[in-house]
Amino acid sequence: MEQLIQQVASGLANGAIYACLALALVMIFVSTDHINFAQGELAMFSAFLCWQFMDWGLTFWLALPVVAFISFLVGVSVERVILRPLHNAPVLSIVVVFIGLLAIFHSMAGSIWGHTIKQFPSPFPNVHFAGSGYIGPHQIGMVVVTLLLLLALFAFFRYTPIGLAMRAAAQNPVSARLVGIRVDMMLALGWGLAAAVGAVAGALVAPVVFLEPNMMASILLYGFAGALVGGISSPGGAVAGGFIVGILENLVAYFGNLLEKSTGIYVVGNGEKLMVALIIVITVLTLKPSGLFGHVTVKRV
Amino acid sequence: MALLEVQGLKAFYGQTQALHDVSFSLEEGGITTLLGANGAGKTTTLRAICAMVRTQGSIRFDGKPIERWSTEDIVRLGVGHVPEGRGTFVNLSVDENLRAAAYTRRDHQAAARDLDMVLTYFPILRQRIKQQAGTLSGGEQQMLAISRALMLRPRLMLLDEPSFGLAPLIVQEIFRIMRRINEEAKVSMLLVEQNAALALDLADHAYVLETGSVVMSGAASVVKSDEAIRKSYLGY
Repeated sequence: MEQLIQQVASGLANGAIYACLALALVMIFVSTDHINFAQGELAMFSAFLCWQFMDWGLTFWLALPVVAFISFLVGVSVERVILRPLHNAPVLSIVVVFIGLLAIFHSMAGSIWGHTIKQFPSPFPNVHFAGSGYIGPHQIGMVVVTLLLLLALFAFFRYTPIGLAMRAAAQNPVSARLVGIRVDMMLALGWGLAAAVGAVAGALVAPVVFLEPNMMASILLYGFAGALVGGISSPGGAVAGGFIVGILENLVAYFGNLLEKSTGIYVVGNGEKLMVALIIVITVLTLKPSGLFGHVTVKRV
Repeated sequence: MALLEVQGLKAFYGQTQALHDVSFSLEEGGITTLLGANGAGKTTTLRAICAMVRTQGSIRFDGKPIERWSTEDIVRLGVGHVPEGRGTFVNLSVDENLRAAAYTRRDHQAAARDLDMVLTYFPILRQRIKQQAGTLSGGEQQMLAISRALMLRPRLMLLDEPSFGLAPLIVQEIFRIMRRINEEAKVSMLLVEQNAALALDLADHAYVLETGSVVMSGAASVVKSDEAIRKSYLGY
């Protein structure tokens, strides 16, 4: 039982990171219909930046907002400089551009900071507390920071005029232009915000997976799984999906181990976590293509 | 000086030319209607004014040449476009639809008064204020579209078939309110309509389009009483 709680708690912590990435993916998807395959590498790059700032002597809590802001600017520039000219390009060209971006950020990080694994210290104090046997301080910190970030984003989109304008622009660009909203600017802003959210995710997960250019590869897959499970068109769904995937992957491994212990038959274990995530994606897409919380878009033809 | 002056306007969808030679002008404070059959170029003319299609020719709003401007800038100048199909932000609430329309305004108090004004014109929207706009009926969505344009505090409203798909009683109500808006809020209007009889009742001036060109124009009362025009162009 204790182990089960432990697994759920750590699943929750991982889920927080998946939720961040899923949200970043969804933010770009709802306004442009594109899946940004480079989202993970952008986050990895941001984590390296954060490490660099800390290496120069900044504390984590000072470095994080700086890095989030730089990532925001990077996101905005990627949209304005690289994607804007491809406005009417076919989907395949855009996919190729995303893969290109992925490779560029990946090798840039490699050539600047090297491919050897770096330690990324946890910004949270290593204290013992009631229940610390179940969940570590960094994991709790991850969940808390993520929830705060999500809350801030929710408030931004829900209660500020510019958040409303971004939602309007994502939903109906033509009508948004007709009320004077600069849709292009809103798209760039959405990219920037997604990159900033990714940066926070990267910096939070770096102490767990260690810092190296490949660190986000599998995490992006989980984030993608979370986004699809929750519904790629629904930001709230993506967040929920991220947490669901995080918990589910741990539970599957836990029950797999349990089964092995009691019967001696090995079905699934820690090694198959990623496979489980992909099976979840395929199952959801087959049974409920719009995701658990997504809404079905009906197009009149 | 005319509020809107269009000279030799051509418009293109890709390679296809939809407007060949459209010229007209619209006086401040008036209601002008563009009539014509399906495919005559009425909607395209409205889109061309707002830079939503590729155009050639001259468009002057309040004396300023705006043919190279972007849609957003033209709108910010005071052109409220009520688009074909209403363009509702379906996943936003009625309130959010109206507030999104006031996004460009810096005079927040006046915008709040205008919100109250449009809800006085369309009381049903006040009842639906928290409701998702996509759940409104067609007539209510049309009212919302007009209200959205009004929230820009426009000098000119472009209305693209506000009667489309609505029950006659609702249409009458909407047209009655449009007249009030024109008189009380001093908003000039350019109205595109399939329903010529309805449009000619409201408008003071009319232009008839055929295959992308203006074929005739005149005072609404004259066009209305001219049986030859009615039979050959307006089909009633």
